[in-house]
Amino acid sequence: METELAIVGSGPAGLAAAIEAAKTGVKVTIIDENPRPGGQLFKQIHKFFGSEKHKAGIRGIDIGHELLEQCEKLNVQIFLRTEVWAVFDNGKALGLKHANNTTEKLNTRKLILATGAIENPLAFPGWTLPGVLGAGATQTLMNLHRVLPGQRVLMVGTGNVGLIVSYQLLQAGADVVAAIDILPQIGGWGVHASKIRRLGIPILTSHTIKEAFGNNEVKGAVIARVGQDNKVIPETERTLEIDTICIAVGLSPMAELAQSAGCQTIHIAELGGWTPMHNKRMETTIKGIYVAGDVCGVEEASTAMEEGKISGIAAAESLGYLQRGKAKELMKERQESLNALRAGPFATQSKLGKEKLIERFHKC
Amino acid sequence: MLNMLRSSGVLSEQELMELPGVPSMELVEKGPVAVIECAEMIPCNPCEACCPTGAIKIGDDINNLPIIDAVKCTGCGLCIAACPGLAIFVVNGAHTKSEALVSIPYEFLPLPNIGDQVEALDRQGKKVCMAKIVQIRSSKKFDKTAIVSFTIPKERCMEVRHIRLSGGMQRKQ
Ligand SMILES: Cc1cc2nc3c(=O)[nH]c(=O)nc-3n(C[C@H](O)[C@H](O)[C@H](O)COP(=O)(O)OP(=O)(O)OC[C@H]3O[C@@H](n4cnc5c(N)ncnc54)[C@H](O)[C@@H]3O)c2cc1C
Repeated sequence: METELAIVGSGPAGLAAAIEAAKTGVKVTIIDENPRPGGQLFKQIHKFFGSEKHKAGIRGIDIGHELLEQCEKLNVQIFLRTEVWAVFDNGKALGLKHANNTTEKLNTRKLILATGAIENPLAFPGWTLPGVLGAGATQTLMNLHRVLPGQRVLMVGTGNVGLIVSYQLLQAGADVVAAIDILPQIGGWGVHASKIRRLGIPILTSHTIKEAFGNNEVKGAVIARVGQDNKVIPETERTLEIDTICIAVGLSPMAELAQSAGCQTIHIAELGGWTPMHNKRMETTIKGIYVAGDVCGVEEASTAMEEGKISGIAAAESLGYLQRGKAKELMKERQESLNALRAGPFATQSKLGKEKLIERFHKC
Repeated sequence: MLNMLRSSGVLSEQELMELPGVPSMELVEKGPVAVIECAEMIPCNPCEACCPTGAIKIGDDINNLPIIDAVKCTGCGLCIAACPGLAIFVVNGAHTKSEALVSIPYEFLPLPNIGDQVEALDRQGKKVCMAKIVQIRSSKKFDKTAIVSFTIPKERCMEVRHIRLSGGMQRKQ
């Protein structure tokens, strides 16, 4: 099989990249391992923040529908239930594994990796018991598969993911007994925290989970207060009767494909860990391989879409479908939009991280 | 700054009163007005964009906090459903002599019925009084966020921010 631009991952980054490139006439093929495209978008039933320009106030799921519709109109080819297991020849070919276990090689001229991120685990005694699961996984189970993983939940981590999933657990009919965080402050936005507080969910900062217990499944957990050294303060332990523990302690970029392709990576804590280095055009250290979205720094769907667009424009230009000047102009617009998204105090970390990343790219 | 909000998820009274989106009690007692409990610089502006009278100002830097102009605000409530943070309420302190009318965003099923007596909860989810449901609005434009309006004793109007139905899908304490 042949294509001009292969995109791995059909989340907001991959879809936005496909649309930008296909608009100029590029033949685009997207590959995703899931049964339906959209990445994280289809489990996000809440309204998104952002400016009117960035589809704010629209629920993630509806943003997904919109992007898919555009891809369809532009004849973007999408392979679903298909895993990309290797990148060959400096990104000029991909190894695909289809749902029926057949494999295939896809030749391509350019490649965009938009593989997203993976949830971080947290180890504590009992962490392998059934009933301990990622908050994002819980969201997928609930909102995509309509399966409630339990009735009484402890949420570990109060970043936006932990807060939003707590709210959605209540919407789905479960009870969240508490949301805890080892830090003295709530990690996510105040509005998300206020939303679950007025529903009666306690938020316990400076608290950690000591253990989960139960024979074949989670029956309860012991939580305790921590001091400034993050160590448990003796005799502050409390036992909670619960059947589910959701872990929401951050995400890490899924950079394995980029790494195996030979793209240079760098560890940047602000971006969630090992990240492929890229320049302002989203091109990695291997010419013709681009990255966009959470794979090159865990941020937001809004930033993922902007990065996706930039990578799509860059790929279209290098394939000869866009003139230099026009591409520059389009990229400038997208870059300004990205800067606006990263301007607030909550985005300082990712902004710093991105600056470091691009600076390092130019040094190597 | 915002220590209470950041450590507990609940705005303290002082933190609340300092917000440019929160009108003074005096203004609330004059008639329906949007109370925008948005305290952090988040890049977001649907409230400004949806306001038909230009009563909400954010400006070019979308990280700015929304400012409410209580004179321009008609209390129509469009912003309640537009706010992705569910942080906007409309409070009418002049509903009757003793009662205030409060409108909140509501995203749970089942919806209450008009006339229902439900528990009125404060920002910490504690029951502070009973509320009587007087209006339920939902439309395509609100995109599944219903706007529920209820009456409560006037002195509770800057405290009550949620309701609990008996048998509804919410935390029982
Ligand atoms: C609970 C939660 C709430 C959020 N709320 C918001 C919000 O309100 N506003 C906002 O802007 N953002 C929000 N986000 C963040 C947002 O969802 C992500 O930043 C965004 O989805 C990243 O987009 P992406 O395209 O980079 O990756 P993803 O959406 O993760 O898509 C990557 C896709 O690639 C596929 N893939 C990966 N590797 C392979 C492979 N080898 N072969 C085939 N397919 C592969 C994956 O299965 C996935 O479908 C939230 C995230 C979570 C978890």
